[in-house]
Amino acid sequence: MARAITTQRKIINTTAAWTIGLLIFFPILWTILTSFKTEAQAISDPPVFLAFDWTLENYGVVLERSNYGRFLWNSIIIAGGSTILGILIAVPAAWSMAFVPSKRTKDILLWMLSTKMLPAVGVLYPIYLLFIKLGILDTRTGLVIVIMLMNLPIIVWMLYTYFKEIPGEILEAARMDGATLKEEVLHILTPMAIPGIASTLLLNFILAWNEAFWTLNLTAAKAAPLTAFIASYSSPEGLFYAKLSAASTMAIAPILVLGWFSQKQLVSGLTFGAVK
Amino acid sequence: MGHITLSQVTKSFGDVNVIPPLDLEINEGEFVVFVGPSGCGKSTLLRLIAGLEDVTSGHIAIDGQDATEVPPAKRGLAMVFQSYALYPHMTVRKNIAFPLRMAKLDQAVQDKKVEDAARVLNLTDYLDRRPGQLSGGQRQRVAIGRAIVREPAAFLFDEPLSNLDAALRVNMRLEISELHKQLDTTMIYVTHDQVEAMTMADKIVVLRAGNIEQVGSPLELYRRPQNKFVAGFIGSPKMNFLTGATAAAYDAQTIGIRPEHLEVSRDSGDWKGVVGVSEHLGSDTFFHVPVPDSDDPLTVRASGEVDLKRGEEIFLTPIQEHLHRFDAQGLAIR
Amino acid sequence: MATQHSRSAARIMMAPAVVLLLGWMLVPLTMTLYFSFKKYLPLRGGDLGWTGFDNYVRFVTSSAFWPSVITTLVIVGGVLVITVILGILLAILLNQPMWGQGIVRILVISPFFVMPTVSALVWKNMFMDPVNGLFAHLWKFFGATPVEWLSDVSMGSIVMIVSWQWLPFATLILLTAIQSLDREQLEAAEMDGAPPLKRFAFITVPHLSRAVTIVILIQTIFLLAIFAEIFVTTGGAFGTRTLTYLIYQRVLESQNVGLGSAGGVYAIILANIIALFLMRIVGKNLDA
Repeated sequence: MARAITTQRKIINTTAAWTIGLLIFFPILWTILTSFKTEAQAISDPPVFLAFDWTLENYGVVLERSNYGRFLWNSIIIAGGSTILGILIAVPAAWSMAFVPSKRTKDILLWMLSTKMLPAVGVLYPIYLLFIKLGILDTRTGLVIVIMLMNLPIIVWMLYTYFKEIPGEILEAARMDGATLKEEVLHILTPMAIPGIASTLLLNFILAWNEAFWTLNLTAAKAAPLTAFIASYSSPEGLFYAKLSAASTMAIAPILVLGWFSQKQLVSGLTFGAVK
Repeated sequence: MGHITLSQVTKSFGDVNVIPPLDLEINEGEFVVFVGPSGCGKSTLLRLIAGLEDVTSGHIAIDGQDATEVPPAKRGLAMVFQSYALYPHMTVRKNIAFPLRMAKLDQAVQDKKVEDAARVLNLTDYLDRRPGQLSGGQRQRVAIGRAIVREPAAFLFDEPLSNLDAALRVNMRLEISELHKQLDTTMIYVTHDQVEAMTMADKIVVLRAGNIEQVGSPLELYRRPQNKFVAGFIGSPKMNFLTGATAAAYDAQTIGIRPEHLEVSRDSGDWKGVVGVSEHLGSDTFFHVPVPDSDDPLTVRASGEVDLKRGEEIFLTPIQEHLHRFDAQGLAIR
Repeated sequence: MATQHSRSAARIMMAPAVVLLLGWMLVPLTMTLYFSFKKYLPLRGGDLGWTGFDNYVRFVTSSAFWPSVITTLVIVGGVLVITVILGILLAILLNQPMWGQGIVRILVISPFFVMPTVSALVWKNMFMDPVNGLFAHLWKFFGATPVEWLSDVSMGSIVMIVSWQWLPFATLILLTAIQSLDREQLEAAEMDGAPPLKRFAFITVPHLSRAVTIVILIQTIFLLAIFAEIFVTTGGAFGTRTLTYLIYQRVLESQNVGLGSAGGVYAIILANIIALFLMRIVGKNLDA
């Protein structure tokens, strides 16, 4: 389509897209800006946009008062642990489905996806009860397990899609070249699969980080991650905009950055490959 | 080294029988081409020899040793794949060295062998590139290089040229033939292109539906096809087939005559026809002439000088000693 | 590569994932089914015996049931309409040549990565608060009375918050679908004399319809389950109690597990009906 596009049209497109883009991004931007204001400026009328006294005070207060570090640590352990555990379980499964497919592979894959469709609230009490019985209510271990199971179908699915793209002939070539199964996995499969595994890791880390049903319902003081930490600000006495903003910024900033890198995987990962 | 024997080999996928019991002898140093239409089982046969598929029954022996149960890595064969199957994350050097690394050879020996192979294949300047940065022909050479360094008992080629453009294909054809002369190692080559088979093979194995239709040298197959299928498959353009009264005149169900074995005359001859489409290639001209006893128009090869107009009435005469006769089962009548 | 040896190895490698997911599905599901036929009040006497379909009947005949169904439908429907329509428009816009396309993409996609509790709180306090929210300032600026968003327009507010979260997802998928449209198809249509609007109607729209279906199905499954957004903003008050939230309240707040479980079974059946359609599309794609 090597056709000249008028500069005028490009200007119109650019203006429109940037306006809408900034509008959509505005709540995030506003939150980040507010986190650097004083509480008085945060609620001032008319609102101040940039011309305020920039301060880091809110971050200091949030960090000091609310034990933010523990919530952050819980989030990291729960999201990271569930993702890594999930990948360890999913890699062999996805590998065998992609390279040694049988007649039932497709059915197994679809069945796995269908477990993802189960509404969590439908099994809330049983899980709650099991957690009490097993003594893992309000523990990081418990959440790692639940969130891992919840995301396992997506992990298997994403890895399967990536592995499928590795041509079988390459593995056969390695076999002909005298590689044992171990060497084949080590020298050929792993290096080729690493980009796929990395993006699976990324997307599922994000999903686990933002999970807000099980984390709210299965944790109290000990194992609560950032989702629950933020939710605690919904009570009226916590209503300090600047501090809320600082806490929010800290909770979303790392994941926002990771998210920007995982745009592509987001589509294939969340549509189960139905949209390419 | 490189004598391969298949005895009573069969292969089925589930209920589908791809290869009925099959016997084949491949001699040391031979260039053998498996040729046939797609789905004839030629690739499966190659993969059975490679060990990438298990045989359902029967035996495969390599140099007198039963290799039926031997895993691919231990058979001492090297394979060049249709997609080249290069390792994308390794440089050319590492790709070629990979089988040597797997064999745990000395680094110095590895380096020397890789350098030698690169020199033979004109890849010296590209050793530190990745496959993604190479052209199709270069990738092909890397795949061959990776096969050569192992000094295998035999090379297996699975349609290696089908991803190359026409000009490159002719070049690679020559290079592979040249390589065979130099190495003097058994090569088994799978293709659906009978031109490749004719130009490269010492021995052609024509397959159809897993059955061997005929085995022989290119010229044997061209001159003395055992049945209609081989007659139609080998040779380009295809052999013309006539039935009905025309064939009956020769005491056959069907007769076949190659385009190059028909004489054209404006005045007299055995079969009368009207010129249809003509294709001028410069050196040759092919005329398509509809005649009553053939489903397709007859293809006639004439010298490039001959200039016949569409609609002109002509006479065709088959050269008797090149005429092939087939019975009702399609077998050649000798 | 399909040798006997690799087949058995494959089965062993698949086992952990299959067994775990099977357990994850069957154990809680069986328990939910079991409780749904019981009168079970953990804080008020515990297991009070079998009640047959009593819970199922009570769940649907309770005064909270139909409002919650309607709330659920309004939220899911509202968000779907908004995200799909705006998503298509945005995707088309983003597919146009412009400067800084990559950055605009990042801006648009960002809300999806904000955790639900954060986005709910930010909207609730900093935008929708009737005294200090930005909307209140805006309304006052134009001389209007600030709106009590989360109590007076509670449904609209929640639909808006959730739409903001899901618009990126719809846009990104539709954009991917638009980009996969074969340019030659459009050019062929142009050669055939189809003007731009017709090209859009006869080529682009049919091409997008599959992606739209997928967006609808996937979003529906996630939207039926939204929880944090309501938990943080209204706590289910002001007519924002969805089916999910109602079940949650029955189970954890009023600790009527039997009744809640019956509700859970309804939710599972509902989700499965939608999942069935989605699976069919995904399955077809697997064959291709």
